[in-house]
Amino acid sequence: MTLAPDHKPTFADLTLGERLGKAMPVLLVPILVVLGFIAIGVPSSWLTLTVSGLAMGMMIFIMASGLTLVFGLMDVINFGHGAFISVGAFVGVSVLIALGDWTGAASLLLNMSAISLAVLAAMAVTGALGWGFERVIVKPVYGAHLKQILVTVGGLIVIEQLIHVIWGPDEIFINRPEMLKGAVTFAGAAMEKYRLLAVGIGLVLFIAMRMVLRRTKIGLIVRAGVENGPMVEALGYRLRLVFIGVFVAGSALAGLGGVMWGLYQEVITAGMGEEMMVLVFIVAIIGGLGSVEGAFIGALLVGLLQNYVAFLEPKLALVSNIALMTAILMWRPQGMLPVVKAK
Amino acid sequence: MSDPILSLNGLHTDIAQYHILQGVDLVVPRGQVTMLLGRNGVGKTTTLKSIMGQWAAKSGEIHYDGQDITRLSVSARARAGIGFVPEDMGIFRDLTVEENMVLGCTSGPLDPKRKDWLLSAFPALGTFWRSEAGNLSGGQKQMLSIARAMAEDRKLYLIDEPTKGLAPAIVSTMARALRELKAQGASILLVEQNFSVARALGDSAAVMDDGRVIWNGAMSELAENKDLQERLMGLSMEGALR
Repeated sequence: MTLAPDHKPTFADLTLGERLGKAMPVLLVPILVVLGFIAIGVPSSWLTLTVSGLAMGMMIFIMASGLTLVFGLMDVINFGHGAFISVGAFVGVSVLIALGDWTGAASLLLNMSAISLAVLAAMAVTGALGWGFERVIVKPVYGAHLKQILVTVGGLIVIEQLIHVIWGPDEIFINRPEMLKGAVTFAGAAMEKYRLLAVGIGLVLFIAMRMVLRRTKIGLIVRAGVENGPMVEALGYRLRLVFIGVFVAGSALAGLGGVMWGLYQEVITAGMGEEMMVLVFIVAIIGGLGSVEGAFIGALLVGLLQNYVAFLEPKLALVSNIALMTAILMWRPQGMLPVVKAK
Repeated sequence: MSDPILSLNGLHTDIAQYHILQGVDLVVPRGQVTMLLGRNGVGKTTTLKSIMGQWAAKSGEIHYDGQDITRLSVSARARAGIGFVPEDMGIFRDLTVEENMVLGCTSGPLDPKRKDWLLSAFPALGTFWRSEAGNLSGGQKQMLSIARAMAEDRKLYLIDEPTKGLAPAIVSTMARALRELKAQGASILLVEQNFSVARALGDSAAVMDDGRVIWNGAMSELAENKDLQERLMGLSMEGALR
């Protein structure tokens, strides 16, 4: 016997405008790609720039995903995130230099094995570093944004100086593994092999991250925690442990992003992470703090726009991302896919 | 009387500079529905949040099921078997109804029999099983909040004003579900402003005023004694009782 009166409620159908409004953030990327095609006019150049923009976007997304979840979950602004990017790059590049025979061999298997080991080492070190960073630097300043900014910037500076102590003050140049040098030609467009690899890795990571967040219990707890942490705890989950796990995973992903960015630029410096943080913050903010999907769309927009503008009007390339952030925040002050926080 | 499921001894809780709970003594008998009554602002919600650990007690003791839980974390109290339905319902708006329910089960997947029972008690949840909870109406969210707390067996339920602003049909649904829960052996501490509901559901009652429990006894005694109601709550319940 049912305990409630017969009741068959339905939701009202959304108007076309409302449906478009909901889908607009996702549509922005294809719209930008089409606008880029119209503005550039030459299909081969457009294709090259699009692949380059997507590769750049994927790498920024990898670096930004951890930061946005950490902010969403525990309201922590971590300026020290850039340090994990730099440390990841130095650890990864050190492994690649040590495996010079593998990277110099004309064997895709050996090249990819070297990159995999470099990535694993970088992620292990930055993950461990992230754990220590959370315990020592972040934990004492929960709930105090100003202190968070001060101590995490301090942590960033200390770690950068430690990189100078361990690897020396000079920038390190790195050659890409033999089989990832050069480009492939498709429809008259030259596309760097490494950029294609970066697009593939970024896409796989995004799909994996989405699967974890959407299809697993731990992902469910993280998403719920971003929205209403106290209620997650009241249901019986140890949110602190979840947060530490996310912090470590986010730090490891920043390390992975550092290795990829180092190979992309073919040079690494202790300050590279700090420099990347501008783009990482732009991506996290325009995506909506706490939203992995938002960060993904934001990163692709940033990567594509920067490449298109650099081709069309190089002088405007530097301001293009700030302009993008301004426009998106005027349209949606909470970012494109904001997480609705419980009050 | 058998040992109570919950007892508070001289509980004091501050929120910022305000001294809200000023020595709460309360006994919640095992297997009963205990109504926590009183005017607005006397500390009922703070009492529930202090029991749950969301507001830390400044002094006093909270004993639950034979153990002192005063210093336990919020999540440890929940894992010990306390279910909490807050006044704001605590629904995860971006998650589906199903995902909200899954989160209510900390020790494993949602038991199919339990799910069937909950969906028979709250059919609207079945209709919107895969919809985002943020799209539900106020009454449906309240049903989801209670159903989520019931998603697995708990010994004690703390429920804060579940009928506030709801239509009578939904209030009746809630009341029936809570009676079934009690029939399964659970204990319930329920904050309720609607005295008719309180009288219909409650076995015992505690009346609060100025951050203290000023009366604790059988609900029937309070329901039948209008002078007592007026003296304890400063209001005539005559209209509500009619």
